[in-house]
Amino acid sequence: MNNIQKNRLKDQIFKVWGIGCTLFALILLAFFIGDILIDGIMRIDWAFIIDLPSRKPEKAGIYTALMGSIWILFLTTIIAFPIGVAAGVYLEEYSKKNRLSAILEINISNLAGVPSIIYGLLGLEVFVRIMGLGASVLAGSLTLSLLILPIIIVATREAIKAVPKSIKDASYALGASKWQTIWNQVLPASSGGILTGVILALSRAVGETAPLIVVGALAYVPFAPESPMDDFSVLPIQIFNWISRPQHGFIENAAAAIIILLLITFIMNGIAVYFRNKWQKKLK
Amino acid sequence: MRKIKELVIEKSLLTSALITIAITIGIVLVLAIEAVQFFSEVSIIDFLTDTQWTPLFTDKHYGILPLLSGTLLTSFIAISVALPIGLSISIYLSEYAPKSFRKTVKPLLELLAAVPTVVYGFFALIVVTPILQQIIPGLSGFNSLSAGFVMGIMIIPYISSISEDALHAVPNALREASFGMGATKLQTAFKVVVPAASSGIIVSIILAISRAIGETMIVAIAAGQQPRLTLDPTVPVETITAYIVQVSLGDVEHGSVEYRTIFAAGITLFVLTFLLNTLSYRIRKKYQERYE
Repeated sequence: MNNIQKNRLKDQIFKVWGIGCTLFALILLAFFIGDILIDGIMRIDWAFIIDLPSRKPEKAGIYTALMGSIWILFLTTIIAFPIGVAAGVYLEEYSKKNRLSAILEINISNLAGVPSIIYGLLGLEVFVRIMGLGASVLAGSLTLSLLILPIIIVATREAIKAVPKSIKDASYALGASKWQTIWNQVLPASSGGILTGVILALSRAVGETAPLIVVGALAYVPFAPESPMDDFSVLPIQIFNWISRPQHGFIENAAAAIIILLLITFIMNGIAVYFRNKWQKKLK
Repeated sequence: MRKIKELVIEKSLLTSALITIAITIGIVLVLAIEAVQFFSEVSIIDFLTDTQWTPLFTDKHYGILPLLSGTLLTSFIAISVALPIGLSISIYLSEYAPKSFRKTVKPLLELLAAVPTVVYGFFALIVVTPILQQIIPGLSGFNSLSAGFVMGIMIIPYISSISEDALHAVPNALREASFGMGATKLQTAFKVVVPAASSGIIVSIILAISRAIGETMIVAIAAGQQPRLTLDPTVPVETITAYIVQVSLGDVEHGSVEYRTIFAAGITLFVLTFLLNTLSYRIRKKYQERYE
């Protein structure tokens, strides 16, 4: 075998290896999901969704945890969405290239890399203790809002960057002020991209466990929260609690709750991808 | 009137942006204040050199090394899984795969990073550990091998996606020149494209390491909660993050030394990830300048 043949063979081997690695990752994902489905699908019925937590696995349901997750999602959205988009607009449209903008940029990039559990420690001291909110839904939502803020800001900036300059120039030429241009032209044109980023950030928030455990969310809550100041649990914490129990019945419950959680996460991701594709087509 | 309105809007947008700086200051202050109080009761030399971490026992030791070794061991296993697979995927997708395949596979792979980590914890403990126990007799029910492996699967898309972006951004002229010299795709990939995209690839690896070090639920569920200074992947260990979870789940009195240990552990974690993130930011900035 000469050198050329050897090199061609190596080339083919790597190609097969590359496909193998890609399929390995995808098959493992499918295997995990399949396994969870087998373990948990039989456990899911209407009673599982609307039952309160219980010491007996066959009687336990996810109602309080699901309601907790919905509360968290709702409050986190109203806190993080306006602040994140406002900060993104400022950085992209107003901030001049100076020290402050450089610091802001480095800082946001760094915040995106801070482990989520650290946000939990911040929330524990600032929201739970100093502001006296206790281990409430509000304290949990504020903590998660800080966590997803960098994601929303970065997505907003990317979306605004993609808006063609001609749209802005046309608006200015008609005598619109800077804010009128942003509000009436730039934001509507970038809304698809911003929405994608916000939904992805929220889907991350729904799956977060560690920071909420640190903030003091409970594994066992007898009732669903009725106000932002109530104690709460969320789906991931309920799952974590069930995994840690020895009885087999709880493992089945955990798998069933995971199916619900994955459903929520994947649907949110699907919606995000849909908006992104639609928006990218519109921009072109 | 219009000018005032514009000014008010600009200032309120600026305030939103400044909140991000307040978050960083908040994190640093909270960690530093609690850690300073912690170190007024525990000597920093003990913290850095003692080989035992037992703040919740009667015989108290405050050595961070066992938690640090647990964190680094699980992260090392994760990177050993994610790096070869993630990098091979990125090179395959960017240099070999048809465009349509790439477009379908990339979002599917990114789904791996969208799965909540508590779900991976379930896989590691309930699915992967029993399988590994059949291959490795004597493998403990909680171990860093299974937790690290599953964590590696989770961070594959961090490496594959960011590296693929970097490889894809390499100008085609470089490839064509290489092909023109008679090089195969493999030779072109490893001798031309990968070196040209090296900074982007390094950034992706650093981000993946930082993600692994800060990962909490997988290790809290599957690696055990026994701080142990060891490199043995078959026994239970505890990571910094898992310790914080363990204390948060228990009843520890606010203001006690036990309570402050989570902040001392937290600041260690923060410093580690901060250094890695700053490094990746620096490399990324340099790389942008080179290509734009």
